[in-house]
Amino acid sequence: MTALHTSDIPSLTPVLDLQVQRKLFGDSPVLGPLELRLQAGEIVSLLGPSGCGKSTLLRLVAGLDTAFTGTLRQRAAQVGFVFQEPRLMPWLSVADNIGFSNGRRFDRQRVTQLIADVGLAGFADALPKALSGGMAQRVAIARGLYERPSLLLLDEPFSAVDAFTRFALQDLLLDLARRRRIALLVVTHDIDEALYLSDRVLVIGNRPGTVRRELSVPLAYPRDRRDARLADLRGQALEALQAAHVI
Amino acid sequence: MSARPAQAVETRPRRPTGATKPWRQRAKGLALPLAILVTLESLVRLGWIPAYQMPAPSEVAHTLIELADGALWSHIAASLSRVLAGFVIGASLGLLFAAGVGLSREAEAWLEPTFASLRAIPSLAWVPLLLLWLGIGETSKVTLIALGAFFPVYLNGVAAIRNIDRRLVEVGHMYGFGPLRLARRILLPAALPGVFTGLRSALSLSWMFLVAAELIAATRGLGYLLSDDRETSRPDLVLAAILVLALLGKLSDGLLAALETRWLAWRDTFDGQGPGA
Repeated sequence: MTALHTSDIPSLTPVLDLQVQRKLFGDSPVLGPLELRLQAGEIVSLLGPSGCGKSTLLRLVAGLDTAFTGTLRQRAAQVGFVFQEPRLMPWLSVADNIGFSNGRRFDRQRVTQLIADVGLAGFADALPKALSGGMAQRVAIARGLYERPSLLLLDEPFSAVDAFTRFALQDLLLDLARRRRIALLVVTHDIDEALYLSDRVLVIGNRPGTVRRELSVPLAYPRDRRDARLADLRGQALEALQAAHVI
Repeated sequence: MSARPAQAVETRPRRPTGATKPWRQRAKGLALPLAILVTLESLVRLGWIPAYQMPAPSEVAHTLIELADGALWSHIAASLSRVLAGFVIGASLGLLFAAGVGLSREAEAWLEPTFASLRAIPSLAWVPLLLLWLGIGETSKVTLIALGAFFPVYLNGVAAIRNIDRRLVEVGHMYGFGPLRLARRILLPAALPGVFTGLRSALSLSWMFLVAAELIAATRGLGYLLSDDRETSRPDLVLAAILVLALLGKLSDGLLAALETRWLAWRDTFDGQGPGA
């Protein structure tokens, strides 16, 4: 099985090229120095413990936080964001939430397609209060995809759902991203999730958060969770985390 | 193994809300008032309570029917138009200032201390000044009612805006919403439950201030009916006026409550029913 990676395909402009010199919270440095580059369609995970600054890094990429020293050399025009919690507007139906960025004049056809894609056909008019956690997160993913992003940022997107739902949502995300060639930047503290999803895993160390180790995962998609090579990589990731004094 | 998007495994059927037998719930609510009416009627009929102090319920009903043939409707019209004007003016200003202070730290710094100290004044204390400045005409009455309606709406409005989940607001930032779009798409809908709480207490206060205003100086209206009948020793008329006031208060609040249920159906709140009920 030859592994063909989107990262191997030379691309003229990356969807993300960020260089962070330093990011402070008060007087203490929480991030940097580090560089982050993503090619079109590439899937990268930021793996590290809570408080290591990986969510902060994601907020810098999203433009939600602009107070840092460094340069954002390149970023795709359309960037989607999926938060840790679904963050749906409770007063809007599933369809209205997915097309939220366009208000009432959203593209109905696209929303209907997205609802089908995330497996929620028939729930277009349901209110968020009628959804389970996993269903709500499916809506959040659809909302993130609505504006046809070429880069989707995900902040521990599946940490609040049970293990079985998590597997289903991971497969759904991979399927959607690879079909549309969307680059993913996933923040996670779950080693298995990072390895299963990503082309590359960046191990982020603590205080200040820097990239301590980069692991590439040379396995073709779709992957098998039971793959021995994944278990092998898991060992390497654990070693890297230990070396970085993260665990 | 490929993802199968067409699976919605995590469905959670919701228990239908609302009592299983609504008429039984309603009958429970009627039991106590009915018992009181029957007891009163028998006590007065037996002569244990003098009728000139506490007329029998049947007599009050009779008076009410008589009134309905004559002046009652013009009194109701006078009171209703005062409450409506005062409530609309007071609540609109309350909403306006609540939005300003809630959405802008700058406006809060300028206005909030003044409103906080004005709020400390019991609104009825304004009555002498209002009479002096605005005379005993409609203006002073409507102003007093508006004063009463302003503060509940203002207070609840500001609190509602400041209690909005920051994480929802961040979704708007992510989409690059400007302040106007942020307010219209996220802040106002999210603040609506609190705004309704304010509107409903403002409405009940409006009725209270109406009676105060009409007791003091009026020639028409339900409050005038109350004071006039007290002076002419007609407790049956006083009770009839109270009954009409209660009815109008309940009806107007019911109107707001219906709007609230309709517009806030999205809320995921406790409805008083335990799991076994």
